[in-house]
Amino acid sequence: MRRERPDDRGRFGAYGGAFAPETLMPALIDLERAFVDAWEDPGFRGDLAGLLADYVGRPTPVYHAQRLSAQLGLDLWLKREDLAHTGAHKINNTIAQGLLTKRMGKRRVIAETGAGQHGVATATACALLDLECVVYMGVKDIERQALNVYRMELLGAEVIPVTSGAGTLKEAVSAALRGWVSSVESTHYIIGSVVGPHPYPWMVREFQKVIGEELQEQLHETPDVIVAPVGGGSNAMGIFFPYVGDSDVLLVGVEAGGFGIETGRHGASLGEGSPGVLHGAMTYMLQDDFGQVLEAHSISAGLDYPGVGPEHAYFKDEGLVRYVSVTDEEALSAFHRLAVTEGIIPALESAHGLAWIIREAADLAEATVVLNLSGRGDKDVQQVAALDG
Amino acid sequence: MAETTGRDRLAGMFAAAHAEGRAVLLPYLTAGIPTFDDSVRLFRAMADAGADGFEVGIPYADPLMDGPVIMRAGELALEAGVTVDRALELVKQVVAATSKPTLVMTYVNPVLRRGIDTFFRQVRDADASGVIIADLPADEAGPFLAAAESSGLGLALFVAPTTDDGRLATVLEKKPAFVYAIAEVGVTGERDEASSNTEHLARRIRSRSDLPIVFGVGISTAHHARSAARHGDGVIVGTAIVRRVLEAASVDEAAAALASFVEELAAALRSPLPPD
Repeated sequence: MRRERPDDRGRFGAYGGAFAPETLMPALIDLERAFVDAWEDPGFRGDLAGLLADYVGRPTPVYHAQRLSAQLGLDLWLKREDLAHTGAHKINNTIAQGLLTKRMGKRRVIAETGAGQHGVATATACALLDLECVVYMGVKDIERQALNVYRMELLGAEVIPVTSGAGTLKEAVSAALRGWVSSVESTHYIIGSVVGPHPYPWMVREFQKVIGEELQEQLHETPDVIVAPVGGGSNAMGIFFPYVGDSDVLLVGVEAGGFGIETGRHGASLGEGSPGVLHGAMTYMLQDDFGQVLEAHSISAGLDYPGVGPEHAYFKDEGLVRYVSVTDEEALSAFHRLAVTEGIIPALESAHGLAWIIREAADLAEATVVLNLSGRGDKDVQQVAALDG
Repeated sequence: MAETTGRDRLAGMFAAAHAEGRAVLLPYLTAGIPTFDDSVRLFRAMADAGADGFEVGIPYADPLMDGPVIMRAGELALEAGVTVDRALELVKQVVAATSKPTLVMTYVNPVLRRGIDTFFRQVRDADASGVIIADLPADEAGPFLAAAESSGLGLALFVAPTTDDGRLATVLEKKPAFVYAIAEVGVTGERDEASSNTEHLARRIRSRSDLPIVFGVGISTAHHARSAARHGDGVIVGTAIVRRVLEAASVDEAAAALASFVEELAAALRSPLPPD
């Protein structure tokens, strides 16, 4: 069963909760209170809806990808989150949390970023709403997403390189949480996905479910399959949630298979991980026998994460969503395919979703399939060019 | 006659110091720093210099409450193969070598991975007296408190300067072995100034409970320790210890540095500032 909200302990079934240093707990409780209050306030909803329409460009189109449909023998529709301002779904959440930050009377925002999309979206919301903005980013991601680093700086944000561990999204989230422990009285942490301690997974889902709600309005039939990439899982949660529990729709979350599941170098937390606590929530995660967090691997910085939102963990156990994975190589091939067939360069994250559809096309024959095209691929062009030599 | 439990040993430690009119000194060191064998030697040097007990950190890959120094120590220890099992072996050796009540400090995931009851039983079998879990708020502490109870160990729960009265009552009614009072808003690490939060925090806790109060986070010098001890029953000094070990050129140098620093801290707690 889908749950509109987590239980009193912030749990979706066995998953979620708040495992955070006590210093942060009062801020998390205040945040939940502020969120509930804002979300019930037509004034807040109106302000947000206005910005989503006029500034972000919502609703984003649903596009019928006819050439690729014909090639694959199915009916493929793309939910064009890549056309949202800043080029990904991330902005739905950052505008909403930015408005909430102001409502809470805080003037400063911190955020983490992997691919840089959430960092750019946060920097954008902060510029718009006149908030100070600091973004934590792993050094490896700074290297592979240099363009987004400069975009954040253009928008007036300060980017703090995170050198610990592998220098990717996991370390950036940890550094942001540490930074928040030290600044919690003045600062709001805009987390970028449906991860982290309660109330974040629930709140970010509420801010992202606009994707699926629009799709229900836009598509004049119930799709057979909805496919979305899953790193932390916010775009997938956003498009899935309104359909969860509808037995006519197969929901497919595509995780990063990296070099291949069998190599052990991947980001398939749901497929290959086990329950544990990462970044303040009980969820599926990649860990060793001693409970040490393992490094993930993906060609896509946004999927290079050893955990996943706790509500996805719940959906997995309940059988409400099917979680699969594709490799770096399959994703790269899908990236090229969409570019030459439809004239759309997708984010490498979104290319994972398409790669699964391409692989399973024979089984999906004649089906109506919606892919959440969660972001555009401009940020990945340089990396792909280097890989292609 | 019932065997002495870990929680009894902690209570005995607080009582003995209380009889001397002073707070306890609990140095923290990450297990296996600089090496497994050398770290036993460092704990012994600190015991000889006047430590009342210890906090031994199980190295963790993702320590959300720790600043760069303790993070670095954890990374080094993990690289050197200090697993949870090795860390508990070390705890056993430290207790054998020093006879001091010893707390195991960890994050919640290694405990869950092993199973809460198994973890606490293994901590008890390592002769430790208690457990501190940095990312375990009182709200989620139920099964951990139950495991502590059945293994006779003391579990600390946290109060921070940001904790409001409602949460404070929640923490205190769970009757932890002691209250770990977080002296600074922030992660572990050295500070220039003594905490300005200790007096107010202690007053709020004391007005509601008799539980021992141990201050930690940011206590970096003998002056800081003395200032916090004026309001609490103990102080934990972590980063200032770990940094001295990481900076030392040899284990001899580390042992000498810790001996003189811990002596200084212990002396400061034995000559407290007069109450205001």
